[in-house]
Amino acid sequence: MGEHATVGGVDVLDVAEAWRKSGRDVAIATVMETWGSAPRPVGSHLVVDGEGNFEGSVSGGCVEGAVVGEAIEVIGDGKPRMLEFGVADETAWRVGLSCGGRIRVYVEKLA
Amino acid sequence: MDAALLAEMNAERRARRAVVLVTDLTEGRGRLVRPGDDLAADPFGEEVGKRLRSGQSGLATLADGASAFLTVHLPPPRLVVCGAVHISQALAPMAKIAGLDVVIVDPRTAFASPDRFPDVRLLASWPQDVLDELAFDPWTGLAALTHDPKIDDPAITAALAAGCFYVGALGSRKTHAKRVERLLAAGVDEAALERIHAPIGLAIGAASPAEIAVAVLAETIAALRRPAREARSAAA
Repeated sequence: MGEHATVGGVDVLDVAEAWRKSGRDVAIATVMETWGSAPRPVGSHLVVDGEGNFEGSVSGGCVEGAVVGEAIEVIGDGKPRMLEFGVADETAWRVGLSCGGRIRVYVEKLA
Repeated sequence: MDAALLAEMNAERRARRAVVLVTDLTEGRGRLVRPGDDLAADPFGEEVGKRLRSGQSGLATLADGASAFLTVHLPPPRLVVCGAVHISQALAPMAKIAGLDVVIVDPRTAFASPDRFPDVRLLASWPQDVLDELAFDPWTGLAALTHDPKIDDPAITAALAAGCFYVGALGSRKTHAKRVERLLAAGVDEAALERIHAPIGLAIGAASPAEIAVAVLAETIAALRRPAREARSAAA
């Protein structure tokens, strides 16, 4: 019920808050739209720190690597980004969703 | 997103209060909207109201082209089962599978024993003595199953007062008529009493305790997912 913040008992938004409080740089990625069969629902989060440590998921493992990379860039320049992944993307063979779905992910820095 | 805003949002979530984060995608700024806020005065108010009911996060675009992402945080639903009875032995694991956090309360220790209820939170107390732990709120449902007014009535009264999304009570129409008389005499208002589902459970002809558990769980889910429809049928 709209409670996509908890994954396996870990609340990713609590993690983001705790990381930021302990002085780490943090970016939050959120699934904004999905088309076709996407493994994680709209509103799901992935939180990333400046070292590339992460909690949560936006795709069940398919594109997390790419999102973590972008998140580190977002932490660097502070500018939010909208990412899109899916079979229509030419990078799909490298970082795509094997399920054939498509997702848009918003990545923002926790200021 | 601002760290202070995240802390404020997390505090609301921990307190089991519904909150919507509205992130302006043009400016990247976020703000919190609560169910009690003046939604009519908010450009995204209508969309916030819709999404608070459905529980679905998503994008919203206004006629003027402004767009925002609405992240909906609703407290996870709970079910308090009053009565560690035979029906509850079936209802507790079923409700857990359906995604509800289950708590069972029954002062009769012979009933409320971990042997009969493995893996469920059990409170071997009178409901009125453990209201803090029962924590009735609009995201909690109550199934009153003891058939004993001394135990069920205080739980029902507290659940109605807290605006629980579902209040069901075991017993025939005759039993329920007596219950309504008692609660009216005790000062519960009539409109609140009409919210009690009794006899409990969807009418599926349930016979065994496990079948009654299915009927109760289905009714609980209907109250959670189709509250508007429920209100309409109550008004009819």
